Amino acid sequence: MSAAERMQRQQNRTAWLFLLPLIIALVGVAIWPLARSIFFSFTDAFLDAPANYGFVGIDNFITVAEDPVFWRAVKNTLFFTVISVGLETLLGLAIALLLHRAFIGRGIVRAAILVPWAMPMVVSTRIWEWMLNDQFGLVNKLLVTVGLVEKGIAWTAEPSLILYTVIFIDVWVTTPFMVLLILAGLQLIPEEIYEAAEVSGVPHWKRFWSITLPLATPAIGVAMLFRTLDALRMFDLSYVLAANNENTMTMSIYARDQLISFQDLGVGSAASTWVFMIIGLIAILIVGVLRLDRATG
Amino acid sequence: MASVTLKNVSKTFGAYDVIRSIDLEIADGEFTVFVGPSGCGKSTLLRLIAGLVPVSEGDVFIGGEQVTDVPASKRGLAFVFQSYALYPHMNVSRNISFALETARLGKDEIPRRVAKVAEMLKIGHLLDRRPRQLSGGQRQRVAIGRALVGQPEVFLFDEPLSNLDADLRMEMRFEIAKLHADVKTTMIYVTHDQTEAMTLADRIVILNQGRIEQVGRPRELYDRPANRFVAGFLGSPRMNFAPLDRTASSGGVLRGVGGFYHAAELADADGPVEIGLRPEALKLVSAETKGAIRGTFERMEDLGYEYVCYVRLDETLVWTVRSTGSPPAFATSQPVGLGWQPENLYLFGEDGRRIDHGGAMQLASGASL
Repeated sequence: MSAAERMQRQQNRTAWLFLLPLIIALVGVAIWPLARSIFFSFTDAFLDAPANYGFVGIDNFITVAEDPVFWRAVKNTLFFTVISVGLETLLGLAIALLLHRAFIGRGIVRAAILVPWAMPMVVSTRIWEWMLNDQFGLVNKLLVTVGLVEKGIAWTAEPSLILYTVIFIDVWVTTPFMVLLILAGLQLIPEEIYEAAEVSGVPHWKRFWSITLPLATPAIGVAMLFRTLDALRMFDLSYVLAANNENTMTMSIYARDQLISFQDLGVGSAASTWVFMIIGLIAILIVGVLRLDRATG
Repeated sequence: MASVTLKNVSKTFGAYDVIRSIDLEIADGEFTVFVGPSGCGKSTLLRLIAGLVPVSEGDVFIGGEQVTDVPASKRGLAFVFQSYALYPHMNVSRNISFALETARLGKDEIPRRVAKVAEMLKIGHLLDRRPRQLSGGQRQRVAIGRALVGQPEVFLFDEPLSNLDADLRMEMRFEIAKLHADVKTTMIYVTHDQTEAMTLADRIVILNQGRIEQVGRPRELYDRPANRFVAGFLGSPRMNFAPLDRTASSGGVLRGVGGFYHAAELADADGPVEIGLRPEALKLVSAETKGAIRGTFERMEDLGYEYVCYVRLDETLVWTVRSTGSPPAFATSQPVGLGWQPENLYLFGEDGRRIDHGGAMQLASGASL
């Protein structure tokens, strides 16, 4: 073995050594629980005695797939994801464009918009639950005073409204996150490119459409990917606001119900595995469509 | 094509005066270079003309029309940036044609113009490439092509060659000079490089601390600088300066470093306080030579075609001598003399102005002092 080979080998060993803590952490908190969850989805185990199980093949997956409540949860989740991420992206882009311009107090505004994102979801949900309360809520009080409605609207109880209320609260909480990611993307575009376009007579709308948007697309795409994956596994907001109300039930709440409420470890794990596969599929689609892996600006 | 006129133009950023009431007329078709040390306001002045920065005071005229409040996009100019500022997500062809897309041209007009510009700049084979696939020189050609295609009234260049290496810079300098000879459009060019200024300009504008120090043809500025700043700025190595000690004047003789300067008729109140001699106006001679400035030999740099010698006149003053031919053989610390001709001597007054002496200055024998 030559000296160069020996050195190469030693460097490889050092590299693995540096990676070891990360690998241990990943196996411990991600791969092991995931593998266990997938394992239990093929069994008839119950939560009170998980050691006592028998294999049932793909029965649990069929049970979940035949449950209309599950499909209701999938529909809710997809609807929630598409609408809330869509709104957050549009609002996030608009606010990021505003904040990108230099104005007095920009630093303070930038910090201030982070407040909703910094609050725990449970707290934000409770705040809005009170503000939207049909009898004592501030929002209804305002609407009645202005004369837009005669009596308070039951935003958090009316079945046809409650999912929209969930979407509204989510948009309020997570738009700042979108703003920050998109703003970071906008700030990477060199100012001189705009000046070059301006001097050569390119109008404002064209500069936005042909320069800002294409160059900010990688940032917007990454932000949308993060938010979409986040929204697809949303649990806290819906659960705090309406527990297992079918109108707002998400895929995660469905899986939790099977697992905790009904103590059915096998079906609960199968539901979790379904959620994992659906989210994985959507993530692959998004990465493929946006070609985020190849986006280099 | 158009002339450019600045009337009493000022620019302040906060409490900082970047441009201080500048008046300047640039004739139609002229190649003007703004040059000065960094922070002198030359780039800001160019941006004021472009309309990228609004003036604080004064007026800008292009082609005789007042454009002070006209936005950059309506001034009919083209701007070439130091960073090239190409659109990274568009290929070369679209980079060049982008501004024409909204210009309401005939359907065949855009490809025709792109092809013409590409041929002119020899970038026809690069049209499908992205900017990141191009070398620095190619990028700058594309940037110039993008400027050309809009058929602007005035070209503005902001240090376009600063990011290129020495060889490429020389090549592009030549190309830009050729371009101006071909299109004959008014061009304003900002640089900190005096070689670019001297070689490209019809007229040079020398800026310092937001003010114009002097405007003139390159040779004029070199031979007859208006003041000490201009004299010291143009030329490499720069002009040698030495103070005159006026308190020691007696009988019309001013004392200077390295010898006596005989200046009978100039020793009045407005007389010179400093002398200047360009490195190429000096000649290394033996220390005993009559009338030579005396010093000690420090160091020689042989550049092949020419050489530069450093000669120490006193503790704080080192002069340079530039000459061609075979380098002299002096040892370090060896006393040497610097020969010079009166007509090459520059004199500067208290306020930095150059004083015309008509070649009357002479150096007395300073051997004993």
